[in-house]
Amino acid sequence: MGTGEPPVPTVIDVPHVSPRRRPHVSGQAALAGAIGVTVVVLVALGRRFGYGPVDYLQLLVDGLRTGVIYALVALGFVVVHRVTGVINFAQGAFVMLGPMITISLFGMPWLPAPGQRLLLSAALAVLITAAVGMAVHRAALHPVRAASLLTRIIITVGIYIVIQGIALIIWGPRPYVLPAFSTLQMADRTFLVGEVIIQAQTIWIWATAAATVGLMGLFFERTVAGKAMRACAVNRTAAQLMGIRVDTMATLAFGLAAVLGAIGGIVLGPVTRPTFDMGLELGLKGFVAAIMGGLVSFQGAAIGGLVLGVLETLWAGVTLAGFKDLFAFVVLILLLLIRPQGFLAAREEAESP
Amino acid sequence: MRHPRAGDAIGFAVAALLIALVGWIELARPFGSSLARLTAGLLTIDLLIRAGIFTIILVGLNLLMGYAGQVSLGQAAFYGMGAFFSAILTVRAQVLGIPAAVWSAWWWPWVLMVAGAAMVGGVAYLIGWVILRLRGHYLAMATLGLGIIVFIILRENLGLPRLNLTGGFDGIVGIDRLRVGALVVWPAPRYFLLVWAVVLGAMAVGLNVVHSPIGRALRAIHGSEAAAESVGVVTPAFKAQIFALSAAMASLAGSLYAHFQAAVVPGTFGFVPSLELVVMSAIGGMASIWGAPFGALAVLLVQELLRTHVLGILPAVSGELEPVVFGALLVVIMMFWPAGLVASRRGGQRIGVR
Repeated sequence: MGTGEPPVPTVIDVPHVSPRRRPHVSGQAALAGAIGVTVVVLVALGRRFGYGPVDYLQLLVDGLRTGVIYALVALGFVVVHRVTGVINFAQGAFVMLGPMITISLFGMPWLPAPGQRLLLSAALAVLITAAVGMAVHRAALHPVRAASLLTRIIITVGIYIVIQGIALIIWGPRPYVLPAFSTLQMADRTFLVGEVIIQAQTIWIWATAAATVGLMGLFFERTVAGKAMRACAVNRTAAQLMGIRVDTMATLAFGLAAVLGAIGGIVLGPVTRPTFDMGLELGLKGFVAAIMGGLVSFQGAAIGGLVLGVLETLWAGVTLAGFKDLFAFVVLILLLLIRPQGFLAAREEAESP
Repeated sequence: MRHPRAGDAIGFAVAALLIALVGWIELARPFGSSLARLTAGLLTIDLLIRAGIFTIILVGLNLLMGYAGQVSLGQAAFYGMGAFFSAILTVRAQVLGIPAAVWSAWWWPWVLMVAGAAMVGGVAYLIGWVILRLRGHYLAMATLGLGIIVFIILRENLGLPRLNLTGGFDGIVGIDRLRVGALVVWPAPRYFLLVWAVVLGAMAVGLNVVHSPIGRALRAIHGSEAAAESVGVVTPAFKAQIFALSAAMASLAGSLYAHFQAAVVPGTFGFVPSLELVVMSAIGGMASIWGAPFGALAVLLVQELLRTHVLGILPAVSGELEPVVFGALLVVIMMFWPAGLVASRRGGQRIGVR
């Protein structure tokens, strides 16, 4: 690949479309249908275990908890993809760095009050991860911005391996514990809504995600940097002609993706045991969610995350436990084959940048 | 003008000589010398066997990635399918009700090796028809998903925990050595000769494909699928065929690995090994059949050096430097020599690649 070539504008890669016309089905309707069928099948499978409505409600709550995390990770994929065209597989590494750095900082007695210490540790961890994200772009992706898309994607895979490897050296292979936000201990407070158990951390996850998404919306709507970033996503060349520093925006996109991933990882921390390799699974699942929105739609990615979380939890509840991860990847392949442009890409967003 | 394939013939002659030389040194130990002693502990017969096994996979992978331009991030899945096919049907033959006269015969593992390659190739062909409609990074993602799915199925006993066919996390141990009649293909130097004979065979197949009309069609597909179709190349068929061939080669390598290691665990065939294969392929040059053995050897040597030498310098690092070095290697190669991946920009336009 010649390095002297100008950056190639990204074209959304749509697979070969057969000449015979298919009956027109809107994305939303197709998705609703697919989800409906999947739910019916999974619920039917669950009858073997004698599941009642309460069990399914519990699975729904648990699924929405995981789904919110997938959604945050997916938004990170979408931000980077829309601004740079790259699928950033290092996203999973950001999800891991968030909680791991938080745990390390929280473990140091630099502030006596544990509540404040946890909050500040988390904030610092998000900032550090954002810095890592921007550094990754500057050091490894900015220099090869003229290279082929595939080359750049493989580079992000390499970066993921490097960051995970460094994490293994720093933190070792053992799982860590992040205290629950409400109790600041391992044991969390739980609420009973009807017969459904909801952990306090679940509320934290939902609230934090909502706040994060709200702030991100404000950033894109109200700030100059946010608007410039959207301009880059729509048409990079035109944005550049308007005097927008496209490369700076790309760096910023990586920073924003890192923030989203880190926040997702941190709020999830208390309900899992963070390990150096937790990013692989979360990153790939987030990617699957992002694919549901065709990698361009924020709404699509968010809804995709929730849908994936709920369906996967339901699937894990009614089949072998070891097959939990199978679901997302089967969905991935089906999605890529049937509808790689995504189910939920709004028309104006899906317009190729 | 020289015959265009004279270089290949010379290459094969040199390679065959080298293989015979190494085999002779290890088998006869002339003057008390051995490979390890001659290379100051750098090369061992064990390492060369593993390099050979990877080379077989890489020949297929390079055909797929370098020549046809279709990226696979899940090639280890086919490698694992071959390994487990051989392992299950030899070690668990009794449980599966295969008559003793069959599974205790010397030819049984060899039949399995070929049958496994044929089966995995067939499966890949079917998958290929569907999956290879996808282009560019979507295909990479799909193969990645496929690799993880196969890994999970192997790890979870094919979904049939009661039969315990794959042994779950722990895999299968106690796989017999290969035999030819009464002759056991072991100790290691004998196995080395077998593996590298297969390597030469795989490379011959690979080179033939490259120089055949199929190879030209593949490069045309790589250059531009639409243009290739417009001149009558049946794109999906070619892509599926080459995908099947690369899968069959990986499966063959898997069978050889199973009988070499005498044990298989699913972890050997997961996502990270698939990436390692891409690293090897990139180092050797993706659009190069002759690059395959060098890519495999280079990566294994780096691994070995990290394990033996770097550990001495950095005692605090407990053998976990490997992923960092690998990732960094992948990043640096892709940054400065991406020709590996996108390869054949040059090669794609000329008929004689390299």
